Amino acid sequence: MSLSDTGLRLTKVELGFGQKIASLNWGLILLLTGTTGFGLLVLYSLAGGITDTWVEKQAIRFALGFSAMIIIALVDIRIWLNLAYVAYGVALALLIGVDIVGYTSMGAQRWIDIGIITLQPSELMKVSIVLALARYFHEHTLEEAQSLKWLFVPAAMVIAPAALVLVQPDLGTATLLLMCGATLCFLAGVRIWVFGVAFAAAAAMVPLGWQFLHDYQKNRILTFLDPERDPLGAGYHILQSKIALGAGGVFGRGFREGTQSHLSFLPEMQTDFIFTTLAEEFGMVGALCLLGLYVCILAYGMAIALRSRNHFGRLVAMGIGTTFFCYVFINIAMVTGLLPVVGVPLPLISYGGTAMVTLMAGFGLVISVYVHRDVRIPRRPGGPVS
Amino acid sequence: MKRETGRYKTFSRRSALLVGGQGLLLSALVSRLYYLQVVRSEEYRMLADENRISLRLLAPPRGLIVDRNGAVVAGNMQNYRVLLVPEQAKRPGEKLVVSADRTLRALAKLIPLDDFQRQKVLREVGRKREFVPITVAENLTWEDFSRINVHAPDLPGIVPDVGETRHYPLGSHLAHLVGYVAPVADSDPIDDPMLELPGFRIGRSGVERNSDLVLRGKAGSTHVEVNAHGRVIRELKRVAGHPGREVSITIDAKLQEFATNRMGAESAGAAVIDVFNGDVLALVSTPSFDPTQFAFGLSREEWNGLVNHPRKPLLNKAVTGQYPPGSTFKMVVALAGLEGGIIHSGHRVFCPGHMTLGDRKFHCWKRGGHGELTLHEGIEQSCDVFFYDVARKVGIDRIAEMANRFGLGQTPDLGLGTERPGLIPTREWKLKRTGEAWQAGENLVAGIGQGFVLTTPLQLAAMTAMLANGGVRITPRLVLPADDAPAAPWDPDNDPRSLKLSASSLAAVREGMVRVVNSQRGTGYAARIRDKGFEMAGKSGTAQVRGISVAERDEGLPAIDTIPWEHRDHALFVGYAPIGSPRYACAVVIEHGGGGSSVAGPMVRDILLQAQKTESGRRRSRQLADALPTPQAPR
Repeated sequence: MSLSDTGLRLTKVELGFGQKIASLNWGLILLLTGTTGFGLLVLYSLAGGITDTWVEKQAIRFALGFSAMIIIALVDIRIWLNLAYVAYGVALALLIGVDIVGYTSMGAQRWIDIGIITLQPSELMKVSIVLALARYFHEHTLEEAQSLKWLFVPAAMVIAPAALVLVQPDLGTATLLLMCGATLCFLAGVRIWVFGVAFAAAAAMVPLGWQFLHDYQKNRILTFLDPERDPLGAGYHILQSKIALGAGGVFGRGFREGTQSHLSFLPEMQTDFIFTTLAEEFGMVGALCLLGLYVCILAYGMAIALRSRNHFGRLVAMGIGTTFFCYVFINIAMVTGLLPVVGVPLPLISYGGTAMVTLMAGFGLVISVYVHRDVRIPRRPGGPVS
Repeated sequence: MKRETGRYKTFSRRSALLVGGQGLLLSALVSRLYYLQVVRSEEYRMLADENRISLRLLAPPRGLIVDRNGAVVAGNMQNYRVLLVPEQAKRPGEKLVVSADRTLRALAKLIPLDDFQRQKVLREVGRKREFVPITVAENLTWEDFSRINVHAPDLPGIVPDVGETRHYPLGSHLAHLVGYVAPVADSDPIDDPMLELPGFRIGRSGVERNSDLVLRGKAGSTHVEVNAHGRVIRELKRVAGHPGREVSITIDAKLQEFATNRMGAESAGAAVIDVFNGDVLALVSTPSFDPTQFAFGLSREEWNGLVNHPRKPLLNKAVTGQYPPGSTFKMVVALAGLEGGIIHSGHRVFCPGHMTLGDRKFHCWKRGGHGELTLHEGIEQSCDVFFYDVARKVGIDRIAEMANRFGLGQTPDLGLGTERPGLIPTREWKLKRTGEAWQAGENLVAGIGQGFVLTTPLQLAAMTAMLANGGVRITPRLVLPADDAPAAPWDPDNDPRSLKLSASSLAAVREGMVRVVNSQRGTGYAARIRDKGFEMAGKSGTAQVRGISVAERDEGLPAIDTIPWEHRDHALFVGYAPIGSPRYACAVVIEHGGGGSSVAGPMVRDILLQAQKTESGRRRSRQLADALPTPQAPR
């Protein structure tokens, strides 16, 4: 597919391959690599000083994600604009597919096995919803974004996948999708009161939705509200997690000295609760260092968004950044007992492949925005370049 | 262009708002971290330590039980055992039970291990966590144990281990007394956390039970770091406990062993007492059982075998067995008469072979009768008619009063918990118990130690000791007091423990007892001690366990070996020695043994001779005995 077939006209620059490589955002890439390295260090400690338990696999995943990121970054931003709805459509179809398969197999089903790898459609949705909304708002004026008439489509685009994910049931991802979608609408200029109304409506739905929650989800929320309710049962995770954090103190117990995680008091210690290990061993200093790295990554995303000369790029960069922020916030708030346990990994640190690949692909898009920052894209194909 | 500018403006303004919001949320996280990691850090660090540090108890070695000469009668022995740690036996991808089974089958080639034991271990594998060691076999021989050690490298998961187990060097000889230990049962009150240790055993009977707290000692502890599953990672601190204290008992193990062997296969109870301090030098009950078995648990068959055995091996006959004293009671009857002023030492009775009271005829054991007898001769020849006469005149209440002075009818306290009081009837007792009045004929029956009267061998030995020591109450004891201070010497007339018997009455009765074994007409002459200076005094007793019908008496009593065992008479004999300055008192009761003088007498003779020759009472009580006035036996 050549660019002329898409009907898009290139305006200012047409970059060659070498130029593209040269214009990759190496600062962001370094930050991402550095943060992942920090994560590998924690996994190394958790595995008791051996690499073959988790570190090697995680490094391989990072390498795969890294390659995907570079490839995505080098693809022209307009191709991504073109593919946005297709990707969204495929992701939505897959979500419906797993829900049906999951329903017929009488259990939670989030995966589709496509032979070589198992694919989690909700992960694909996290990226494609950003692309789809960015394209939608890219193609609509501010006035349109501000009018209710044009809001139904993006609202449906967010609520449909969120609902599908919620019944899987995956409360964490559903929250992420909603927050991400809302943020993009907000950035596009949807009027503030609309969010107020939506929030109120959602609050009104809570008692109704409560009945549809699974017992374990209800438990998690009740436990969040009162962690001492069942210290050996549902409250165990959060209590042990807080103990680990507190025991870490300011400077931590030292590398590989964390007793809470090494003696298996912590649940999910290498995945969702890895932050507690980090904070136990490296203390508040270590935790703040990680937060600093995250802030830097977010700042890069923000800067890239603001420097982009096309609206699609801005929205994509901010959308991915927001998703990333949501991961960070929900995870840390969860392990510190500020939010219920919902099962969201800590980006770039938690052991696990899907989140890593999703995030790296997302950052590939962000870097693509950076590489093609000076590309102007008309609101409609063939339309005037603004 | 204007539109694009508007969009960009909105976008950047709202981006700023978004960043502000994100900043707020991030600062919420930071302040939360500050709260947890700085403000409440100490509290959480403590909780983390509580999490990981587990206090474990270390069982101290159980205290030894030694006899009066320091010989160990209950000790600790190394218990060679083999443990299985299921997770170590596991091969990757194999089920835990499968690997355990494979390992046990390999082990069965080295030591005897039957299917039943294997199934038992496998059931435990299913129940316990995979790193908890499970005992596969205990009490292995050194050969088996070393064979396992040699092959251990080829048997992953098999751990040879040396534990501690209770060992009783004298085995069944002291089983009733020393008792045994057994695993803690669910019904036991857990008054000490030590009791919850796996494999911990507590005293279940005898001295093991009554001195359990002393023997147990104090548990040490170890602080270990554990993980969330309870697996020990490493030891942080260890505090040694105090081993259990040694308990000394009054028994002379040598004498005990001798006496037990002397009893042979008889179903019997016997006691040997130091007449001065009440030290129980031997306390025998046969047949016995092996106390070591109890520490490992008995099988149902073994337990039933013990419980249903006709000669009751679990029963301590010396303190629990209650038997009619028969003629050994006659000294008490005589003293009741003498002290009550009913008879005097010159009392004479003519024995025609029976006494008629109302329309009932009371027979003497000698069909033809003894003719005219003095008190000395009455005791010497154990004439029943003589004591019918005394008892008829004295009455049961005076007899009972005298018996009580000698401790009969009262529960002696050796601390075993199984001591029984026997029974000394009175008029009041009978009325209360049966609602019927005391009959005159019952005085006669009680006068020869039959009817309601019941005593234990220990009580008879104590009674004999009090006759021998000049009439001073002694309290039989089994555990030597920790402080070895000698008791204050006593003055037989003013001692608070004095039985307040006149010297002449006592001398008269003792003269009778000396004649029983040392006069040719004495019932126990065959059982006399011939060794000069070791002579004993004594009294035989033969207690009927069923009435003799008139027809049987007319036909002549059947030969003993034609009567079923459980219908034969109990054979009793009490004695003390040496007669010059008494030191040891002994009582033997042989259930359904036949004649007291012919069966029990020789046993008392041999035991008393052995006690004197080996000076059983020496050691701790020697100075004490020397400090006491030596009662002079009138000869």
